[in-house]
Amino acid sequence: MRRFAQLFAAIDETMRTNEKVDAMVEYFRAAEPADAAWAVWFLSGGRPKRLIPVRRLATWAMEEVDIPEWLFAECYDAVGDLAETMSLLLPDAPSTTDVPLHRWIADRLLPLASKTEEEQRESILESWRELGGTERFIWNKLITGGFRVGVSQQLVVRALSRATGVDEGVIAHRLSGTWLPRAESFTALLAEETSDADVSRPYPFFLAYALESDVEALGDPTAWQAEWKWDGIRAQVIRRNGQTFIWSRGEELVTDRYPELAAAADFLPDGTVLDGEIMPWKDGKPLPFAQLQRRIGRKSLGGSILSDVPVVLIAYDLLEAGGRDVRGESLGHRREMLLATIGAARSAAFVPSPVVTFGSWPEAHAAYAEARERCAEGLMLKRTDSVYGVGRRKGGWWKWKVQPYTVDAVMIYAQAGHGRRSSLHTDYTFAVWDDGVLVPFAKAYSGLTDAEIRELDRWIRANTVEKYGPVRHVKPVHVFELGFEGIQPSPRHKSGVAVRFPRILRWRTDKRPEDADSLATLRTLLAEGT
Amino acid sequence: MTLLRLAERGLYCEAGDFYIDPWQPVERAVITHGHGDHARWGSARYLSSREGEAVLRTRLGQNQTIRAVDWGEPVDVNGVRVSLHPAGHILGSAQIRVEHRGEVWVASGDYKTEPDPTCTPFELVRCHTFITESTFGLPVYRWTPDSEVFAQIRAWWGANREHGRSSVLFGYALGKAQRLLAGLADVDLGPVYTHGAVERLNGDYRRAGVRLAETRYASEMPRGHDFAGSLIVAPPSAAGSTWLRRFGNISTGFASGWMRVRGNRRRRALDRGFVLSDHVDWPSILAAVEGTGAQRVWVTHGTREPLVRWLTERGIEAKAVASQWKGEEDTDPVEVAGEEISA
Repeated sequence: MRRFAQLFAAIDETMRTNEKVDAMVEYFRAAEPADAAWAVWFLSGGRPKRLIPVRRLATWAMEEVDIPEWLFAECYDAVGDLAETMSLLLPDAPSTTDVPLHRWIADRLLPLASKTEEEQRESILESWRELGGTERFIWNKLITGGFRVGVSQQLVVRALSRATGVDEGVIAHRLSGTWLPRAESFTALLAEETSDADVSRPYPFFLAYALESDVEALGDPTAWQAEWKWDGIRAQVIRRNGQTFIWSRGEELVTDRYPELAAAADFLPDGTVLDGEIMPWKDGKPLPFAQLQRRIGRKSLGGSILSDVPVVLIAYDLLEAGGRDVRGESLGHRREMLLATIGAARSAAFVPSPVVTFGSWPEAHAAYAEARERCAEGLMLKRTDSVYGVGRRKGGWWKWKVQPYTVDAVMIYAQAGHGRRSSLHTDYTFAVWDDGVLVPFAKAYSGLTDAEIRELDRWIRANTVEKYGPVRHVKPVHVFELGFEGIQPSPRHKSGVAVRFPRILRWRTDKRPEDADSLATLRTLLAEGT
Repeated sequence: MTLLRLAERGLYCEAGDFYIDPWQPVERAVITHGHGDHARWGSARYLSSREGEAVLRTRLGQNQTIRAVDWGEPVDVNGVRVSLHPAGHILGSAQIRVEHRGEVWVASGDYKTEPDPTCTPFELVRCHTFITESTFGLPVYRWTPDSEVFAQIRAWWGANREHGRSSVLFGYALGKAQRLLAGLADVDLGPVYTHGAVERLNGDYRRAGVRLAETRYASEMPRGHDFAGSLIVAPPSAAGSTWLRRFGNISTGFASGWMRVRGNRRRRALDRGFVLSDHVDWPSILAAVEGTGAQRVWVTHGTREPLVRWLTERGIEAKAVASQWKGEEDTDPVEVAGEEISA
C-alpha cells in the first residue's frame, strides 16, 4: 500500500504527463505482479462494486472524531470529496503497517461486502487506525469507489509498454474487455507471446479528433473518404469460435441488449470483427437518439420495445477478417473487405456506412450542410490510406461536426463542483424566459476558463439569494450562450424540452437577463429538428 | 452600549473615539498588522506595535503619523486603556486589548498560535469579549508541524535541482514569504531569488533582526541568466504571469493553509502544495477562545457560521460580525467585500 500511495503522490504532484508516466514505469518495474495488476485496474478507472453505503462511512467518521452531522456537511462542502473529507477529519498519524496493495484488497476491501454492519464498522475503524496520510486517503477512495487520479488508460498503457518493451497496441488490446486484476493477468499482459487473444476481446477503438482548421487544409479531396457522423452507440461486433460478442465503446459487453444484432452476427464468417455505430433505425432511416435511450440500461427487452425501436449496426470498418488482424491495412482495402463480409451475412441488421461522395471541397461543404436534415451530427473524414489506429490520434481521421444549436440563457442556480473543482461553483443551471418567468432547462459544467470560473465563483458567493443544501439560488443577472447537440420534447423537465450535451460557449457580459432567449425559441428549434 | 461595535468605517470604540483596522480613513486608527485589508491608507493618526512600525511605513508611506508602542505598554485614549499584544501572525502583528470601566475586549486581527521565527509568539490575553478570525474555521484544517513542511520544501527543491529545474514557491509577499525565507536560511541548495513585492519587505524583516536566507532580486539579473537549480519566492499573483518565463523549466509550489485540501491545489494547476499558514487552524481557534476565558465571541472573517454555531452549542455567546477583513488574500475562497457590506 505504501508503494502504491507513493505512486499516487508522484502522479498527483506533477502537472507533467511525462513525469506521471515515468512514475508509473518505475512502479510497474518494481511492483509484485499481484499489486501491479490492481494498480493497473484502479489507474484505468476500475472500481469495485459498492461495498458500503457512503452514508455509513460518513457516520462512522463523524462518531470517530466526535463532530455533529452539520459540521461534517460543512466540511464536505468545503472539501468537495467524501474520501478526502474523512481522511482530513481523522487524526493525522503515520501508517503503522505496510501490507501490500493486493492483500488490502483481498483481505480487507472485498470481504466488506459480505460483512454485517457492525463487522464493517470494526474493519473500517481498524483500517483508519492503521493507515495515515496519503494511504488513508487512497484507502477511502478505494472503498468509496471513485479513484480518479488524472491519468488516462492511454497513459497507463504507455507506461506498461515502456516498462516492458511490449508494443502499446498489444497491451491496449489485452487490456480491453473484461480484464481481471490478478497476478496472472498482469504477467500475461506483459508476455511477449501475442497469440493469446481471448476470444471475446475487442480491439481498442480508434477515435477521431474534431477538425481544427478549414476542411480545405486537408489537401487533395480525393485522398479522403467521407461518411455521415451518426449519433448512436459506438460498438464492435465480434464473431469468433462460433460465438458472438458485442462491446460498446465504454467497454461493456452488451450482446444481450441487441438481440437482433446478435442473431444477425451468427451469419458472419468466423474470425470477424466489425466496428460501427448501433443506431435506432426504422424504414431505412434513423430514429432520434432519445428512442435508443429507452433501450439503454434496460435489463429485459420485453413488450413492444424491440419492434418500436429496432436497431442496426451502421458498419464502417473491419478490424479482423478470417481471424487475422487487418487494422494495418489501408481504409480503402478494409472497406472492400467490409462490404464482402457484410454481404456474406445477408442481414438487414448490418448496414454499410454510406460513403458520401464528393469531388471537391465545395461539394463536401454542400453535403455537410445536409447533415442535420439526415439526422447526422456532421461528417467523418478518413484518409483512404489510413490504418486503424489505437486511441485518439490526429491525422488520419477527423470529425467535422455541425455547429451546435445555440441559445442565450440566464444562470439561476450554482453548485460547487467535485474533485479538481471542489469548493468552486462550477455546476450551473440555466433558464430561459416563459411568460415573464425564468424556467430552468439545462445544466452545464464546462466551457469557461479558469479565470472566468473564479470570477463567477466570487460573484455567486456574493449574490446568493437562497441556499438549498449545496445549491445556491443566485440573482438572475448573468447571460451565457449555451450550445447543445440536439433537442427533444421531455415531459420530465419543467421546460418540456431536454437538450443533449449542453455546454457554455460564451459568457455574454454584453447582454442583460431580459435579452435572454425564451422557451418559444427552444420550441421553434424543436419543431425544426424533428 | 458595547465597548466596540461595527460602524460604517470599521470596528469602532465610542468611549475612546478610535477605530481598529478601519477600512475607510478615520481620525484615529489602531492597527493590528500591515496586511492590506487591515492597514489602509488615509487615516490621520495610527497606533501600531513597535515591532510592526517599519512594515507599516513601507506599506503606507514613510511620512505617516504613527505612534509605536511596546508590547503590553498601556496607552490612554480618551480614558480608554489600550494595549497591544503579540498575535503571532506576521512581524509586528498585534491583538488590541481595550479596557474601559472593568470591561475587557480583545480584537485579535489575524493570528496563529504556532511558533514562527519571524515574529513574537502569540500571547493569550484574558478578556470578556474576544474577537476572532476564522479564515480556516473548519475541523478539516489542522496544520502540519513546520519542521515537516520545510523538510518537504527542501526535498522538492533538491529534486528539482537534480532535474535542472528552478523551483518557484508562491507565498503571500508580506509574512509568508519571509517565513519561508527564514525556514530556508540554513538550506544550501542554491541561490534564492525573490519577486520585487517580496524583496521590498525583506529589508524590514532583516532590520528587525529576523534571519532570512540570502536573496537576490530576480528582475535585476541580466537577460538570459540561468536560474536552473535555484529557488524563487514570489507572491501568488505571479502564478501564470509572463514574469515566470525568465526562469525556464520550473516546478511550482504554493505555501498556504488552503493547500490542505487537494482540490484547492489541483484547480490552480500547481505541482505542489505546502500546508503552511499564518492563520489559526480549527483546534487552535478553539484553544484560543477557551484560553481567553471570554464569555462572548465575535467572529469577523472567514468561514464564520460553523464556528459561531459550534461555540453557541457549547454555551458561548457567539455571533458572526461582517468585517471587511479577508484573511488570506488572493488565495480564495475568501468572501468578497460586496457580501460583507450587505451581510
